[in-house]
Amino acid sequence: MPEPIPTDRVEQASPHASPNPAVNETVTRQPNCRRTPSWALLEFFGSMNLAITLLVVVAVASAIGTVLQQNQPYPDYLLKFGPFWFEVFRRLGLYDVYGAGWFVAILAFLILSTSVCLYRQAPGMLREMVRFRTNVQVRSLRGFHQHAEWRLPDRDLDAVLGTVSELLRARGYRWRVHDGGDHRVVAAMKGRYNRFGYLFTHAAVVMIGIGGLLDGNLWLKLKEWRGEVVLETRDLAARDIPAVSRLAPGAVPAFRGNVMLPEGAAANFVFVRARDGFVLQDLPFAIELKDFQVAYYDTGQPKSFVSQVVIHDREHLGEQPMEATIRVNHPLSYRGYSIYQSDFGDGGSKLDLRAWPLTVARLEPTEVKGTVDSSLKVSGPTGPLTLELDDFRLFNLLPEPDAQSGERKFRNFGPSVGFKLRDAAGEAREYFNYMAPVQLEGRWFFISGMRARPGEPFTYLHIPADPSNSPERFLRFNARLRDSIWLRDFLARSAPASDESPEFRRDFERVRLSLVELFAQGGSAAVAERARAVVPAERLQEASALYLNILRDTLAQIFIEVLRTEGVEVEQAVGEREEAFFNDAVSALSALPAHASPFYLQLTGFQQVEASGLQVTHSGGVGVVYTGFSLLIIGVFIMFYTSHRRLWAWLAVEDGATRLLLAGTGNRRQAEFAREFASLRTMLERRLGPFEEEQSAPPTIPSPDTRLAADVGTR
Amino acid sequence: MAVTREAMLDQWEQPSFWRRLTVWDGLWVLLATTGSILLWWLYQSYMNGYEVAIQVGCTLALVAWGVYWKPARSFVLAVAALAVLALWRYGADYALRHSDFWLKYFLESQAAFMWMSALYVLATVAYFAALLGRSDFVGKTATALTWTATVMGSTGLLVRWRESYLLGVDIGHIPVSNLYEVFILFALVTALLYLFHENRSRTRAMGGFALLAISGTVAFLLWYTFDREAHHIQPLIPALQSYWMKIHVPANFIGYGAFALAAMLGVAYLLRSGAEARWPDGLLARVLPPLELLDEVMYRAIALGFAAFTIATILGALWAAEAWGGYWSWDPKETWALIVWLNYAAWLHLRLTKGWRGAAMAWWAVIGLLVTLFAFLGVNMFLSGLHSYGSL
Repeated sequence: MPEPIPTDRVEQASPHASPNPAVNETVTRQPNCRRTPSWALLEFFGSMNLAITLLVVVAVASAIGTVLQQNQPYPDYLLKFGPFWFEVFRRLGLYDVYGAGWFVAILAFLILSTSVCLYRQAPGMLREMVRFRTNVQVRSLRGFHQHAEWRLPDRDLDAVLGTVSELLRARGYRWRVHDGGDHRVVAAMKGRYNRFGYLFTHAAVVMIGIGGLLDGNLWLKLKEWRGEVVLETRDLAARDIPAVSRLAPGAVPAFRGNVMLPEGAAANFVFVRARDGFVLQDLPFAIELKDFQVAYYDTGQPKSFVSQVVIHDREHLGEQPMEATIRVNHPLSYRGYSIYQSDFGDGGSKLDLRAWPLTVARLEPTEVKGTVDSSLKVSGPTGPLTLELDDFRLFNLLPEPDAQSGERKFRNFGPSVGFKLRDAAGEAREYFNYMAPVQLEGRWFFISGMRARPGEPFTYLHIPADPSNSPERFLRFNARLRDSIWLRDFLARSAPASDESPEFRRDFERVRLSLVELFAQGGSAAVAERARAVVPAERLQEASALYLNILRDTLAQIFIEVLRTEGVEVEQAVGEREEAFFNDAVSALSALPAHASPFYLQLTGFQQVEASGLQVTHSGGVGVVYTGFSLLIIGVFIMFYTSHRRLWAWLAVEDGATRLLLAGTGNRRQAEFAREFASLRTMLERRLGPFEEEQSAPPTIPSPDTRLAADVGTR
Repeated sequence: MAVTREAMLDQWEQPSFWRRLTVWDGLWVLLATTGSILLWWLYQSYMNGYEVAIQVGCTLALVAWGVYWKPARSFVLAVAALAVLALWRYGADYALRHSDFWLKYFLESQAAFMWMSALYVLATVAYFAALLGRSDFVGKTATALTWTATVMGSTGLLVRWRESYLLGVDIGHIPVSNLYEVFILFALVTALLYLFHENRSRTRAMGGFALLAISGTVAFLLWYTFDREAHHIQPLIPALQSYWMKIHVPANFIGYGAFALAAMLGVAYLLRSGAEARWPDGLLARVLPPLELLDEVMYRAIALGFAAFTIATILGALWAAEAWGGYWSWDPKETWALIVWLNYAAWLHLRLTKGWRGAAMAWWAVIGLLVTLFAFLGVNMFLSGLHSYGSL
């Protein structure tokens, strides 16, 4: 069972004055120290309460940074929090908690507290490892949880001393004998290296902390604070970045920077991101990307990202550059720099695009060629637009949309193009179009995603694909709806034969025309809107239904006409497939206005150029940190799984008999020590011959003696 | 050779470590080493130098485990025998799992996990029945059920390892790569830690509490299997293709398992101390494990958990230095690992230097598990970051 008396609480309770001279050697400190301010400061920083408080404070502070996603682009935060809270959080450093002054200060505080603790405890610990505490009194020994006492009538003191020493030797204890005149004290100990546990772990925490801080952003912060470096926030090419935002090789001992290299390109710098900007870190060598490869499993999931690079370094490699392969989990180390495979993207793929007009009566598409990361000027219905080609992807592995709930299936949706349409005011909508039609619920669609703001989910337009796997039938249908001359003519031709008056027929034609035009401009929503505007509320439902019926019939007639132009046999009846197509087409048409694109951009061909995202790091503190790691592991095990054990034997001659008192304590694993003590006791009794055991029950209330005699010093 | 207690008392010199070993120890060392060499000979083409080094380390650890704690031997041998049987039934044909009797009903990894799940739940019930009914026989049954469940689960993991290779040589990997697999590992580690303390303290009173945590894990696993179909073997993404995974993840789960055990004992502690205060003569105050025992085992579990978690976090840092560009990136998972570590560091300081005991520390151990659970599950569910392998 564990000792109910914590052996080390003593020092906390009264670390400076020892009323008991028995063990004053390790406990007493000069009481006059107490008054000086530097002592008070040391006392404060080294206190256990501060240490535990700091452990909890660091834990809570770290948690803050995991709740809010760190180091995102500032506009995202602005959008999320609004201008007021954005500014408040910015000032609090919440976008980069772990680099914020206050957080670094808390960490530094923890390191300081640990160091002071170590500074104050280490000398005592080291003394504790070498000193045998021979200066003990019977009274205090009797206070130990583990103790036993005998009166040995027939033995002389030296013989008993010899037996005790023999036992101690056999059990691996080291001991000293103290001659106290009328008595002898044998003070023994074992497992003193347990004290290294404390020293190692606490030294390790200091080392890891300091090393970690050195590898953080302190240096950059220092340079910023001294005005030597200014963050660049503009979107500039590397060569245009002013000298004040550049760091020469070796200017800071630690950094982590990134660069995106297209195949065939080279760079001798990386971008180091900080808050809402970056600095450019120059490297003493250049990295050229020869080739970037992504391999996939049969399931379509990525299997490996591999960059073939060439390092150019005249100074160290001469004219012969060094070739190397960088993979995830296999970085390249070169001259103390590490180069990692961290990202990939498009390096300027060449795309063939076909822009099908969506808002005019014309059907003929415009063929466009472009490269990713370039922009084109196009004309839109309300003025000029900029088409920014952002992204090309060869694979799009997404959860299977037709999967049963709970099923985990993935499907490759094939190549895609991502682009933005930016108007003159700078407002942009983002689009994401798949190259090939996608099968959903047995039908095929061209899918185009759109979102008006970054971070929002895309809303998708499903354009039904015709039997020749082209969007053309839908687009022809769409163009017809916007061709008012053709529409007028067609509606006149196709009006149902009836015996109504010509006025009625004319009015009906006008209604049909305006419904189709309304629908083409604003979808079903606009038709419903119009109904609300012109029909009294009590007849609204009936009238809306009527409007939609007329619209649907008219659209169906137009659709059949479109089919007829295509040469589809429709005289008997429209097939099931055509009917499904019609329904899908009407849904898509209704969604078109919200899609807000003047054209449907179809990807028709591509020549992929990949880019590899490399991270280059330099870590000056890594040696200190790793040394700390090893010390920490060794220290933790020593601390928990060894025990510094002390035994005392107090011998005196009394009325012709020898009195023997055995007592002991261990600073860890008390249950184990209790067993060891019991076995020592039995062994001694078997060897010592006839004895009278002294009854002295262990004290139920710990006397001050116990507490002071108890082992000192572990914090 | 074994020395009698009588002789030991007369012979003061403690017999050296080597003299205390028996023939059985020698046989165990021989068997474990031979088995390991055989494995290496069979599968060396899949291993690089680091992985062979890990295998050597694991073999030494396994040998030491069996020498230190005898029941581990029968456990390891049973698992090995069942795994070999499964491998033999499989041959090179993964499809046999649907047709071969032994595979289909016992040894295929899914079947083994189902056995494990059922047996753990039964064991939980049995432990509580033994506790409240004060039945020794039911208690022994509970222990046997727990051992059997652990054997089945461990066999399942080994078989799943092989199955991943049968699925495709490029897909093969150790089954600790996603939330589903590590949950099984978590249940097994917690069970083994508990069984160790049951064996050492010679009482089964703590069993129900430890097994309650495991049954909770089983409930999650079943939901995860049947509702989310998460049990399919998935190929490894590039970031996980590293030998570090083989040591980082298991080390972490020794930590998590130990913390879970400590927390459940904390619950038992709170129940017992509450029962003693309110109904000193009631059933609960009599049958629940004694407070001193709970306190001691709780401390030992947290100390072991802390040591293992320290190693795991450091291994994680070393891996991160190879995969993510630095040993520390303040990624949410890393940060929460630090929070867990700091939390138990504070607990250990309070106990070892301030001498705190009792209900406060038990409460802290229970809350500690909530923090740990968030680091283990919550981070994957609610936060995004580099460590997003185990999303639900």
